[in-house]
Amino acid sequence: MTSIDAGPADQRRDTRPPAAGSAQTTAPGATATRPLLEVDQLRVHFATPAGLVRAVDGVSLSVRAGEVLGVVGESGSGKTVMSRRAMGLVGPGTTTRLSGTVRYDGTEISALPPAELSKLWGSEMAMILQDPMTSLNPVKRVGEQIGESLRRHLGLDRAAAHQRAVQLLRSVGLSEPERRVRQYPHELSGGMRQRVTIAIALSCDPRLLFADEPTTALDVTVQAQILELLARQQAEHRMAMMIVTHDLRVVRGHTDRVVVMYAGKVVEAAPTRTLFAAPRMPYTEALMNAVPPLTGSNHAVLRVIPGRPPNLLAPPPGCAFAPRCASAQERCLTEMPPLRSAADLAGASPGGSAAGAPAGGPAPAIAGTPDDHVYRCWYPVGTEAGDEARRTNIERGHTAAGTPILAEAV
Amino acid sequence: MSAGLAASPAADPTAGATVAAGAPARAPRGRRQRRFAAVVGKRLLHLLIVLLLVTFASFAITDLLPGDAAATVAGENATPEQIAAVRTELGLDRPMIVRYFDWLGGVLTGDLGNSFRTGQPVTEALAQRIPVSFEIAVVAQILALLVAIPLAVYSAYRPGKLIDRSSMAIGFGAAAMPHFILGMVLILLFAGGLSSILPATGFVGFFDDPLGNLKSIILPCLTLMLGEAAVYRQLLRSDMISTLQEDFILMARSKGLSPRRILFRHALRPSSFSLITLAGVNMGRLLGGAIVVEVMFAIPGLGQMVAQAVYDRDYLMLQGGILVIAVSYVVINALIDLLYAALDPRVRRRG
Ligand SMILES: Nc1ncnc2c1ncn2[C@@H]1O[C@H](COP(=O)(O)OP(=O)(O)OP(=O)(O)O)[C@@H](O)[C@H]1O
Ligand code: SF4
Ligand SMILES: [Mg+2]
Repeated sequence: MTSIDAGPADQRRDTRPPAAGSAQTTAPGATATRPLLEVDQLRVHFATPAGLVRAVDGVSLSVRAGEVLGVVGESGSGKTVMSRRAMGLVGPGTTTRLSGTVRYDGTEISALPPAELSKLWGSEMAMILQDPMTSLNPVKRVGEQIGESLRRHLGLDRAAAHQRAVQLLRSVGLSEPERRVRQYPHELSGGMRQRVTIAIALSCDPRLLFADEPTTALDVTVQAQILELLARQQAEHRMAMMIVTHDLRVVRGHTDRVVVMYAGKVVEAAPTRTLFAAPRMPYTEALMNAVPPLTGSNHAVLRVIPGRPPNLLAPPPGCAFAPRCASAQERCLTEMPPLRSAADLAGASPGGSAAGAPAGGPAPAIAGTPDDHVYRCWYPVGTEAGDEARRTNIERGHTAAGTPILAEAV
Repeated sequence: MSAGLAASPAADPTAGATVAAGAPARAPRGRRQRRFAAVVGKRLLHLLIVLLLVTFASFAITDLLPGDAAATVAGENATPEQIAAVRTELGLDRPMIVRYFDWLGGVLTGDLGNSFRTGQPVTEALAQRIPVSFEIAVVAQILALLVAIPLAVYSAYRPGKLIDRSSMAIGFGAAAMPHFILGMVLILLFAGGLSSILPATGFVGFFDDPLGNLKSIILPCLTLMLGEAAVYRQLLRSDMISTLQEDFILMARSKGLSPRRILFRHALRPSSFSLITLAGVNMGRLLGGAIVVEVMFAIPGLGQMVAQAVYDRDYLMLQGGILVIAVSYVVINALIDLLYAALDPRVRRRG
């Protein structure tokens, strides 16, 4: 716990993403140690007047101790709902249908009553949100908002909590922390407020941090500082982190592994380096090729992929990405591709086994082998079948879904 | 009158934006004090203008009313000569505007004139009646808030559940019932028909007999507070429900705070602005306007006095009552503004 208030952190700043370091240290024991967070077949469906919204539809993933997992996907792909459900903040309700399990440190927290869950919140798991303008209570002093957690979980008295709050603010790089603790959120800039929310999240030394687009609402220059701060704190605390983001640059520089979501499902997951070296799902490839605009909200970024985002109310029978996929074939429209291991691709002759032998069995359980590269596609990028699918579509000028293809766009 | 003062501070988008730009330094002490003085000065000026307008209007309206104070005072069998003599004696033969400034001059020296009917100095009548009305208004408000706040908070926490539905149904019933019917029902229940544990009418001073005082104000206060509690519950419930959707509430949950702490320490304060505004307006209204209830329960308060003064064309008495009511409206509004500032730090720096 003393790690975060030790001196000016800048002296120990290093250029390596902390992710890389922790990946190396945890990777060898990966099969032996159980992941800190295991999400299995998670479903969150909302009953709405328009119909059932399948916001999260069978997501399985895991995060190991000290590891950083990136979750990327277009707006509406279910990232926020998934991460909140994983933490337990989305509970059962009259219009909310839940299934699947979440295990934290071996305990099935998806079955815990709210009072039990809230003992973990703040102490074991913490969260920071996208917009620091709205995620701090406008009528409470900064120090009080930090102190609350300390008093609840660490049993500190008012004076001790106040002192600790000052230390925490200093450790997240706020100047004049003695003055800041007495200020109200509206007296701070956006970047300062996000530092405060980080201080709150880290106050009780959680082992797992959920960061839902922690930089999306901030100025570009401030974004880098906040990411840097998060990375440093993550390394110092040896804390696991799930970063939800639109920004592939964030993913690339700050995560060990990545999960790509589309229409409430995991469509590809891999160690970060593997994913960037050889994306298999055409959607992931399109994300990587999409150039984020320099101005405007990051929510606009993924609009760069042509076509409409998927309909969560009435998902098509086949691949949800088919209407927008340059490789889509007839099979994609009728059969949902299962999650498959890319290891099979490498082992057998590329392409052939992927496209031709789906009888090879269902997807591997991700929780057991988190370092697997898995994807959900009949015609994966970089395989013979994938290349051929795309060639076919270019030749006929449209995909099997009827989407026209411009040769130069491919 | 209260519209400008009651504008919701939470809705002001500039409150957050202006200061977010950089690290704002606090204003130096001297400057803050001067700003405070300016604010108070502006308030007092407002008060003065409002009072002049209200008292002048009430003077003019009483003057236009049919009926003649002199005739009332002189008695039913008075001759026109007698009435004219009384009129001169009371100074009613002078033009309205002259009488107004005469009255205003009296106000400045603390003399509000005497009742035409009883000869009692108006200030004395007010001194007797203000504490009575004030006690009833305050107790009724406190009771209404004590009932409404927990019900609203719980209803917002579990909307559509038993407490929410039943308090809504009972509340609609209470709010829809006119005071005189509600009062009769209460009298039937507690002071006559079914039981007689409370007096039906009459008022006992607090310093004469505290317990008797309590008993004598219970029924009037209940009559006044039931409908108000229902409205307060409804208002606070919907504000709470929208506050509970805020990110900072999710953040508070993710810190592991208990529902009770989240509801009362995080959500209640930012949800209470419209409630406070309404409670302030009601407080002002109750001070001078609980006429039906005061008459019904024979409570010697301000409302009863004003009603009697209108009936008697006892215009100095009426003026005194109206002056007090107007002052209390303005004072209550100022207090509400102070309360806003205490509850929301974003209001404070706007001054
Ligand atoms: N309470 C709810 N009731 C109904 N639908 C909901 C609810 N919450 C979320 N949804 C829907 O679930 C889908 C997934 O939402 P979610 O916020 O998880 O997406 P996201 O990937 O985080 O997107 P963004 O990038 O915009 O934050 C959306 O279509 C959203 O409209
Ligand atoms: S190739 Fe087919 S299965 Fe693969 S992403 Fe495109 S549409 Fe989906
Ligand atoms: Mg989101």
